[in-house]
Amino acid sequence: MNVQRGVELVVGLFVLAGIAALMVMALQWSNFGASRVSGYEITARFDNIGGLTEQSPVKLAGLTIGRVDSIELDSQTFQAEVHMVIDDKYDNLPTDSFANIYTAGLLGAQYVEISPGGALESLEDGDRITMTQSAIILESVVSKFLFDKAKE
Amino acid sequence: MNRFIDPVARLGRLVIGGVRHAGAMALFAIELAWVLIPSWARPRDIAQQVYAAGVLSLVIILVAGGFVGLVLGLQGYNILSNFNASESLGVMVALSLVRELGPVVAALLFAGRAGSAITAEIALMKTTEQLAALEMMAVDPLRRVIGPRFWGAMISVPLLAALFSLVGIIGGYLIGVVVLGVDQASYWGQIAEQMEAWDDVGGGAIKSVAFGAVIALIAVYEGYTAEPTASGMARATTQTVVLSSLAVLGLDFVMTAFMFGA
Repeated sequence: MNVQRGVELVVGLFVLAGIAALMVMALQWSNFGASRVSGYEITARFDNIGGLTEQSPVKLAGLTIGRVDSIELDSQTFQAEVHMVIDDKYDNLPTDSFANIYTAGLLGAQYVEISPGGALESLEDGDRITMTQSAIILESVVSKFLFDKAKE
Repeated sequence: MNRFIDPVARLGRLVIGGVRHAGAMALFAIELAWVLIPSWARPRDIAQQVYAAGVLSLVIILVAGGFVGLVLGLQGYNILSNFNASESLGVMVALSLVRELGPVVAALLFAGRAGSAITAEIALMKTTEQLAALEMMAVDPLRRVIGPRFWGAMISVPLLAALFSLVGIIGGYLIGVVVLGVDQASYWGQIAEQMEAWDDVGGGAIKSVAFGAVIALIAVYEGYTAEPTASGMARATTQTVVLSSLAVLGLDFVMTAFMFGA
C-alpha cells in the first residue's frame, strides 16, 4: 500500500510537471526573465515605434544602459509614449539628448538609441526627451523613394 | 528457380509480409480500441504504467533535452551572429524545440527506453503463458494487461516531450545568455513575441500525442504477437524500436506538411 502510494504521488507530480511545462510555453512566458532594472525613469514620445516592445533595450553608443518599461498611447497627441528605465549609473545624460528607434542588424529586434546632447543639466527621474525620431518603416521608405522617382 | 525471377519473388514476399503485418496491426488496434475506455476502471494500473514508462524515462529525456538545447544554442549563435541577429537566438531555439525536436527526439528516446521494455514485458508474459493463465481465469488480458500499458505510454509521451522542450530552451538560455552574452530580455522577449500558444505549442502537443499513440500501439502489438521463444522476444523488441522510430519520423513529416506546410 505504501509503495503504491509513493508511485501515485510520483506519477501525479510527473503529470503536473508535464502540464506545467506546456502551460509555461503556451502562456508566452508572461514575465519570465523580465529583469526589472532599478534606476530612474524617463519618457519620450514617438510618432511610430515600429516593433519596439516592453523590455527592449535602451542603448547609448551601442551599450545597453536601460530598458523600455512600458508603452502607451497618448490619447491627446496620438503618439506613443515610451517609458524607459535607465540604470542609476548613467545619471549624467544631458537634457537635450536625442532618442531614436533603430533596428539591430537588418532583421533584428528594435531598440532605443540615445544620442547625448550638449546641455549641462542632466535628465532626472520623470523627465521627458523631446527630440525623438521614429522607427524607420521599410515600406514607407520604399514608397517615398518610388514616389520621388515617379515625380522626376 | 531462375536467378532472374527469384529476386522478384523475394521482393513480392517482402511486400506481402509487410502488408500482412500492417493489416494484423490494424485489426489488433480495432480490438484494442474496444477495451481502452474499460481499462480506466482500474486507474491504479494505469498510474503504475505511467510510472514505469514515463517517470522512469525522465532522466534520459531531461539530460538529452538539456544537451540538445545547449547544442542548438551554440550552433544557432554561430549562424545568427553572421547576420547580426543573435537576439533572435531565443526564438530559433524555442521554435525548433517546440515544433520539431521536442516531440520527435522525445518520442525516439521513449521508443528505445520504454517502448522496448513494454514489448519485452508483454512478450515474456506470453512466453511464460501468464496471458493464457489470465484467460483461463476469465480475465481479459487485453483489458487488464495491454490496455493500461497502452495508456501509460500514450500519456507519458506528450508530457515527456513538453519537459524536453522546456529543458532545451533553458539549455539554450545557459549557452546563449550566460556564456555567449546574448541579451537576456531579447532571448525571452522574442520567444514571448513570436511563439504562438496554439499554432506552435499546441501543434507540437498534437504531434507528440500522435507519436505516443503510435509507439504505444506498436509496442503492445509486437509484444502481444511475439513468438513465444527467446529469439521471438528478441525479434519483437527490435521490431518495436525499428518500426516505431520509422513510424514517428514518417508521421512527423506528414503532420508537419499538414500543420505548417500550407
